[in-house]
Amino acid sequence: MNAASLHLRHHARTLLALGLLGVLLLAFLAIHPRGASAAVLTAWSNQGVALALVAIGQTLVVLTSGIDISIGAIMALSNCVASTLVQGDPTQVALGVAAVLLVGTLCGVTNGLIIVYARIQPIVATLATGTIYTGIALLVRPTPGGEVDAGLSDAMTGTLGDLVPTSLVVLGLVVLLVWEPLRRSLTGRTLFALGSAEQAAYMSGLSVDRAKIVAYATAGLFAAMGGLFLGFQTASGDAAIGLPYTLNSVAAVVLGGAALSGGAASVLGTIAGAFLLRTIGSLMFFTGVPPLAQPLFEGLVLICAVALGATRLLRIRNRLEIFR
Amino acid sequence: MNTLALRNPIKTPTGAVLLALAALLLLGGAVNSQFFSPTYLLLQLQSGAFLGVIAAGATLVILLGHIDLSVPWTLTVAATVATAVARAKGGAWAELGPLAGIAAGALIGLLNGVGVAYLRIPSLIWTLAVNTILLGAVAFHAGNTVISSEPSPIMAALGAGRSFGVLPNAVLVWVAVSVLVVWVLRRTLMGRYIYAVGTREVAAHMSGIDTRRVILGAFVASGVCSAIAGLLLAGYAGQSYQRMGDPFLLPGIAAVVVGGTSILGGRGRYGGTVAGVLLITLMSSMLSLMHVPEAVKQICYGLVIVVMVGLYSRRQAG
Repeated sequence: MNAASLHLRHHARTLLALGLLGVLLLAFLAIHPRGASAAVLTAWSNQGVALALVAIGQTLVVLTSGIDISIGAIMALSNCVASTLVQGDPTQVALGVAAVLLVGTLCGVTNGLIIVYARIQPIVATLATGTIYTGIALLVRPTPGGEVDAGLSDAMTGTLGDLVPTSLVVLGLVVLLVWEPLRRSLTGRTLFALGSAEQAAYMSGLSVDRAKIVAYATAGLFAAMGGLFLGFQTASGDAAIGLPYTLNSVAAVVLGGAALSGGAASVLGTIAGAFLLRTIGSLMFFTGVPPLAQPLFEGLVLICAVALGATRLLRIRNRLEIFR
Repeated sequence: MNTLALRNPIKTPTGAVLLALAALLLLGGAVNSQFFSPTYLLLQLQSGAFLGVIAAGATLVILLGHIDLSVPWTLTVAATVATAVARAKGGAWAELGPLAGIAAGALIGLLNGVGVAYLRIPSLIWTLAVNTILLGAVAFHAGNTVISSEPSPIMAALGAGRSFGVLPNAVLVWVAVSVLVVWVLRRTLMGRYIYAVGTREVAAHMSGIDTRRVILGAFVASGVCSAIAGLLLAGYAGQSYQRMGDPFLLPGIAAVVVGGTSILGGRGRYGGTVAGVLLITLMSSMLSLMHVPEAVKQICYGLVIVVMVGLYSRRQAG
């Protein structure tokens, strides 16, 4: 097998998600009543970016064969903090944004510390911290409301040079500035290694514990960015938005081709997965699927996407491989 | 193990939870003697029964190292089907309602089990997807037609009634489910198989156990438990309603893990789950009585899980 086809096989799921997204996006632009324009594209992008950011965070954790059930709660908490602090003069807004990102990262670090040092399984630990973060979010903002600086919001959700959605550019920049350097670093390589074989990674002298904490911390940072962006969109804070985002982030990661057992995941695939979920929703809206049937269709799409994972059974040569 | 538990209760998770429970009760009673009244405690058992039945099913699934996230909408679907059938048939035939509800729960459990055991899709994501579909189906159905919902007489009697004027019938149902689960886990081959599969599925398979059937069975049992809880809840509330299952998902899992069952499977006892249910129910009710805001209640839940589970895992490591 030559290098090119090996490369293709390695990225098959990511390419599948990207291809499907391309098709659906074209369909969406074709049937949109206002036609294909920069404004329509911007609205589409704005709908997907918040979920994409949260899902990138989830990807890092899934890579280590963990899961972050609290990611939606961190997002909700950041969203509530943003609706309280991101306002006033430019300095205050900048400090507010920094505070939001710090809160998210701190939540993530807490998750990592509990998982590594209290040795609690990720799913249980983040289930617990998730309820704690939701509680704190409710203390910050008992009922939905607040405000987020309008100037910054308009800039972030607008269109750059009447051509490209700003949110999409920001998403690209964040991936380039946060994920790419991390991926190339030793800690980043450790994330992949420990997801594939944690004991082997440990025996090779990699600092597994530190990598795990970094993964959860970065996940918290991305969740905070998601919550912040949602604040730009809705200009308010809401403590109750968490759970659907947690569930959809896991769905986006799986759609993007990652293995929940760890070691294999692609940030690009996850972004495609997140936008796929959102595009399907908008497509149904414009094709006249009755609104009441939309959750059912979303569920059916999700379960079909998940069932794709079962195709691996067809390639099994030894029955014992089933149990992997 | 049992004698050890008697000598030093804190050595086992069940003992630790019971100790925490006793401490909570004493603390609450010291603040307000109302906490010691039998009326109050029976009321707690009544509201704990719904959670208890759900946690019984969750224990079986978690012992396998899997998880069932479809609980909220399995519960809602079962209650909706049961109350709709009961209302449509009326009279003596109304009792077809609960049967239909339990059948619906078993069917959903079957779907969960097929995906996890035969298609080998991680239970976390598969049951989540099933939950989304159930949500969608109920929303679609309820939006198009007016569903009249009314529990059948038996559902109302079991959910809201009391035996001998004091003992809530829902608690009796919980006891019955518990006896059944303990019997399965301790006295049947299926129980041995559940622990074996949860410990190491490949090894269980190599020993000749049909591990897929075991997983399928546990998910069906979990579906039926969710359905029973839905029927009780509908009987208690006098109707079925959307989102009736949402408040039970996380507490159900929390009760199991606080009771010392490992989320990785293979290790845990049903007694721990019962103690976990009691602890969570009592804590939630006491915080309500003290007029603590919902936000602080959530924080307390989370802290209890972290502290208790952290305690168990540290001890195992050390």
